Amino acid sequence: MSTEFPLWEVFIRGQHGLAHRHVGSLHAPDAELALKSARDVYTRRNEGVSIWVVPSSAIAALDPSEAEQNFAPSESKIYRHPTFFDIPEDVGAM
Amino acid sequence: MYAQMVESGQAGTSDQDKAFQDKIDRNVRIEPRDWMPEGYRKTLIRQISQHAHSEIVGQLPEGNWITRAPSLQRKAILLAKVQDEAGHGLYLYCAAETLGVSRDELTEQLLSGKAKYSSIFNYPTLTWADVGMIGWLVDGAAIMNQVPLQRCSYGPYSRAMIRVCKEESFHQRQGFDIVRALVEGTEDQKAMAQDALNRWWWPAIMMFGPPDADSTHSEQSMKWGIKLNSNDELRQKFVDQTVPQAEWLGLTLPDPDLKWNEDRQSYDFGTPDWDEFFNVIKGNGICNRERLDARNKAWDDGAWFREGLMAHAEKTTKQNIAAE
Amino acid sequence: MSPFATFCLRMGDNALILGQRTGEWCGHAPVLEEDIAFANMGLDLIGQTQLWYGMVSDELGKSPDDLAFFRGEREFLNTLLVEQPNTDFAHALMRQYLFDAWHLPMLDGLTGSTNADVAALAEKSVKEVRYHIDRSRDLIVRLGDGSPESHDRMQAALDWLWPFTADLLARDAADDTLVAEGMIPAAAPVQQAFDWETAETFARATLTAPDGPRRTGGRTGNHSEHMGYLLAVMQSVPRAHPGAHW
Repeated sequence: MSTEFPLWEVFIRGQHGLAHRHVGSLHAPDAELALKSARDVYTRRNEGVSIWVVPSSAIAALDPSEAEQNFAPSESKIYRHPTFFDIPEDVGAM
Repeated sequence: MYAQMVESGQAGTSDQDKAFQDKIDRNVRIEPRDWMPEGYRKTLIRQISQHAHSEIVGQLPEGNWITRAPSLQRKAILLAKVQDEAGHGLYLYCAAETLGVSRDELTEQLLSGKAKYSSIFNYPTLTWADVGMIGWLVDGAAIMNQVPLQRCSYGPYSRAMIRVCKEESFHQRQGFDIVRALVEGTEDQKAMAQDALNRWWWPAIMMFGPPDADSTHSEQSMKWGIKLNSNDELRQKFVDQTVPQAEWLGLTLPDPDLKWNEDRQSYDFGTPDWDEFFNVIKGNGICNRERLDARNKAWDDGAWFREGLMAHAEKTTKQNIAAE
Repeated sequence: MSPFATFCLRMGDNALILGQRTGEWCGHAPVLEEDIAFANMGLDLIGQTQLWYGMVSDELGKSPDDLAFFRGEREFLNTLLVEQPNTDFAHALMRQYLFDAWHLPMLDGLTGSTNADVAALAEKSVKEVRYHIDRSRDLIVRLGDGSPESHDRMQAALDWLWPFTADLLARDAADDTLVAEGMIPAAAPVQQAFDWETAETFARATLTAPDGPRRTGGRTGNHSEHMGYLLAVMQSVPRAHPGAHW
């Protein structure tokens, strides 16, 4: 029997109102102990108000070699950004 | 620093290799699932794991003194500091794991003596002043090397370094603060500080690795963006930063050749005893065997704990499945 | 010494000696994650020590550091439980759990103390200790109901340590005075909470608390032989340099 604990990814909400952010990973036998260890390992300096843990094996990711086809097409849609439009100053705040 | 003298792999000449080098030259970070040359992967595993092992073994010389810290405040600070080293080891092992090697495999390499760790931790901590010297000099030297590594080409390593540097900034200061209390104290305390400085200065200088002229495997690592400064460059920076601090403390650095060079706007300093350095690396330092024995004992004694927790987790998983 | 000072020293000494034992694991625990968690508990305990010693510093005319480093083993009033050695990690976990099972209801009761300083101290510490027992209880259950070896080790640790819980729960005249003044909680609710907590947990952990003789003495300065060695290590530096500041 392999006794190496599975790997977990740790996400922490730094302050109320912010999204959880990936901060690192750790080993634990199950989710409950992973949460406890995440508290001990990743919030020693008062870094968080909430913690998520996810088994690393449960994370699906896009293939980096397909980055171009995935992300390049949106590059040309510059009209989606507010700075594309020139609004005269005397129109006021918009 | 904790990862000096890592043997570097070879770069290939394929189009993929060229595209990879181009990415690094454009300062694009390499991420775990990106294509990378085998040499890059292997060199990184060696470097990051050696760095991690150093943090873990580095707990021991100072850990010695947690039970003997001379005030409640110092005890708490030291415990927090040594705990941080465990945390740093953990972050680094996790960074290495993104390269397709498990923490258990890396641990096995450390325990069998196959993997290296910084030889600085094979020196003994004989007095309380040594704890101050480790913080001030050893952590000071480590920080000097780790700050640039925050910009290294491998994403997980660079992010681990950012976290480590943020936490480590208190380590050097607490060491300096210990030494400061000693030099402002009794004659005995001052003598203790000077004695510890005499013993730690040269090992700290040698932490940066052999002189550039003798350092054979840096070039490729520098091209790959996983080593960012040369050994001598960092060593000089460390000396220039530390000499005024020692003067402020009223302590004498044990180097008769140390003097300010007006032309270079830097300190000239003597040559360390490299024979001694390589002798310690070979395993003949005062504490090499004790350090590895302590890590082996912790690992072996903890086997039942790890097995017990896994057994329980498997039991509860089975029960949950049965209940569904 | 006043009953109040006696009580504060007992609380502070418990925290210090357990913190000292906990600190011995730093760098030697079975997994990195556990190493870090144990150090967190040690830090909480040392912090609590400073607070309890600070309470009686004026009355005794001694600084918290003097109380920690310049008293002999007959003057330490910690319970026998906390000075027991780190025989293995099972002993360390079980010692922590048994202590937590008493510490939590004790501090919980102290949050209602008629002494505002004590109530404030307890309010701060009880948050730390709620986490301690959450963690220690969880590990007792997991390892008790884990592999055959982990079960046997946890049972052996319980067999060794259980008799000392009598010392943990013991009360004397000093305590009675403070209970009457509303300063500290009565014995019964603390004992009940301890009994309920441990019965429930050991049932889940498939462990059995042994019958047999109960051991007391630490609270009155009658320690085991382990105590002298612990203090010799802990106090060596300040005692070699009397009057020095660190």
